[in-house]
Amino acid sequence: MPLIKNGDWADDEFATVADDAALPEGAVIVSLARFEKERAALLARNARLGVHLAAPQSPEALGEDVHRLSVVVLDFPAFKDGRAFSWARLLRTRLGYTGEIRAHGAFLVDQLAHMMRVGFTAFDGDARITPQALASALGEISYRYQPAPDGQKTIRQLRAR
Amino acid sequence: MYRYDEFDARFVAERVEQFAGQVARRLAGELSEDEFKPLRLMNGLYLQLHAYMLRIAVPYGTLAPRQLRKLADVARRFDKGYGHFTTRTNMQLNWPRLADVPAILRELATVEMHAIQTSGNCIRNVTADHFAGATPEEIEDPRPLCEIIRQWSSLHPEFTFLARKFKIAVGATVHDRAALLYHDMAVEIVKNAEGRTGYRVSAGGGMGRTPYIAQLMCEFVEREDILAYLEAVLRVYNQDSRRDNIHKQRIKILVNAIGAEEMRRRVAREFEEIKAQGYLRLPQEELDRIAAYFAPPKFEPIAEPVAEYEAARTKDKRFADWCAHNLAAHRAPGYAIATISLKPIGGVPGDCTSEQMEAIADLMDAFGLAEIRVSHEQNLVLPHVKKRDLPAIFARLSELGLATPNAGLVTDIICCPGLDYCDLANARSIPIAQKIAGRFADLKRQEEIGELKIKMSGCINACGHHHAGHIGILGVDKKGVEHYQLQLGGSGAEDAAIGEIMGPGFTAKEITDAVERVVDEYLRLRQPGERFLDTYRRVGMEPFKNVAYLEQLHAAY
Ligand code: SF4
Repeated sequence: MPLIKNGDWADDEFATVADDAALPEGAVIVSLARFEKERAALLARNARLGVHLAAPQSPEALGEDVHRLSVVVLDFPAFKDGRAFSWARLLRTRLGYTGEIRAHGAFLVDQLAHMMRVGFTAFDGDARITPQALASALGEISYRYQPAPDGQKTIRQLRAR
Repeated sequence: MYRYDEFDARFVAERVEQFAGQVARRLAGELSEDEFKPLRLMNGLYLQLHAYMLRIAVPYGTLAPRQLRKLADVARRFDKGYGHFTTRTNMQLNWPRLADVPAILRELATVEMHAIQTSGNCIRNVTADHFAGATPEEIEDPRPLCEIIRQWSSLHPEFTFLARKFKIAVGATVHDRAALLYHDMAVEIVKNAEGRTGYRVSAGGGMGRTPYIAQLMCEFVEREDILAYLEAVLRVYNQDSRRDNIHKQRIKILVNAIGAEEMRRRVAREFEEIKAQGYLRLPQEELDRIAAYFAPPKFEPIAEPVAEYEAARTKDKRFADWCAHNLAAHRAPGYAIATISLKPIGGVPGDCTSEQMEAIADLMDAFGLAEIRVSHEQNLVLPHVKKRDLPAIFARLSELGLATPNAGLVTDIICCPGLDYCDLANARSIPIAQKIAGRFADLKRQEEIGELKIKMSGCINACGHHHAGHIGILGVDKKGVEHYQLQLGGSGAEDAAIGEIMGPGFTAKEITDAVERVVDEYLRLRQPGERFLDTYRRVGMEPFKNVAYLEQLHAAY
């Protein structure tokens, strides 16, 4: 499955592993349940690790371990389910996580600009989620009223100049 | 009033083009209706029973004459020549074509208007007291804070896909005219013990199928922290609300499931964190900058009593009646707040034709009135009228059919569009409201009855605020037949209360008689000085129930 990262297609270097499957060599993404169960072994592997959180799961469950992860995957079971917007924000602010935040699931092109603002950096969506779609979505609205983790200047800051 | 600068203007213009793109993708079949739905809703576009409906935002209910003219213009060019003012102080067009909507929005943008977030699961258009800036009762004009909230909530990146809609209202008086505690979040401007101005915040109010009165979240939030506090409430809501049952996803359900105490704790945790990070601090300069836009007009020093006004009242009974019911006290001597009733007997509550809107705008220009308000009671309000101008204004309003002297009386009925327009409706509401208003048309009788708020919804969604009516009427479907349930004792004011359901519903034929019997019973039972609501609170449901069902009893024998 191709991903979008840094505005362009990128290979997914992580294997997403089901809870009952054996771990392959190399970088893997596991569920929160598996992470909690096999925490020590997973962190001890000499490979990059990611955790896939379901929509109701707060990243706070990861605690300090979040800093040992290379990717946190946040889930959109339906585009209407906007909890991941707050989870991404919480990862960036309260938890101070600086790694990849990847959106997975049924999100829409029309949500990409908001997702970038709250801290997502990678997108794993349906066929309509392309670098071109991302670029045009990001160009639609030039100014923003709210401060957000992307650090973009707000309208109030621009006015003050 | 607020004026867009280059940033606001570009923001709205780009939002229009963004939406135009979404409409084009829908028309080209690139978006399914299911995917288009949340996108169009976020821009105020509904698919109704017969056509699309576009809900245009009137932020905190304030309009300038040029904006009123533009509303008239789009209603005429793209619709059937009238608009409908709603309990959210917005204006709805009932018959626009999808392909025309981008053009309508471009027109609106030329007068600094939009339809952003008038629907959808996001932070909705913020509402305020319609007497803001004019009433002597208030601590300060609530609209600067409303405008700050409008900006903060516009395309908020984190809160645009909430579990459900989220409505915020702001008030600044003890006497609540904005149904504050029926909102998802209510902000009251208050003074603390040291005399400092700040905000009391409540959350978890709402109507719909499970009505709740909002619960106190924080007694006093400092001015500079208010956006941090609002963001904290929204974050807790977005994270913790249910998403598995559309009827249980409003914040009122969350607050009542975990309890106000736990909600306060969760909000406080987010709040302290946001505050510490400082990114949402609202500097006094910003408050002052926005408040300057809302500075009141320069009031002329006018001595009371105003001779022309008093003379006209003595001479013209109709004018005197209108003054008695449609005027409210103003902060400046020689001025009044005038309500233009959109409830002519037999008319559609809240409807206004393009000709009427234009004529009102002309009248505003002629008398130097810079703004008009839309009230949640579906009327219009001229906030700063010189009393000496009132006779001429009344004469003009009379010619326009806009001088019904019934503000706050029993025929000033709040009513949702119901089955005549709305695809969620169980029953028609407009014809019932018209019949009830017709029954009580006699002004003497209305005066005898006094303050009595009838509010009516065509379904449990409660757009007509029936839970908050002194007499609430709810349209229900009983085996395919329209029925109407009565609720008594609700209030949307500072003594907020949810009406109590009387019992089985009435048919369309019975409901007007039932309401009349309830009102007559009140007249029989009341003690001196009691409003309907006071009598109801004293005597309870029983006596009213005993008379309301008379007709069915007769029919049974
Ligand atoms: S209360 Fe029901 S019928 Fe009335 S407008 Fe709202 S959804 Fe439609």
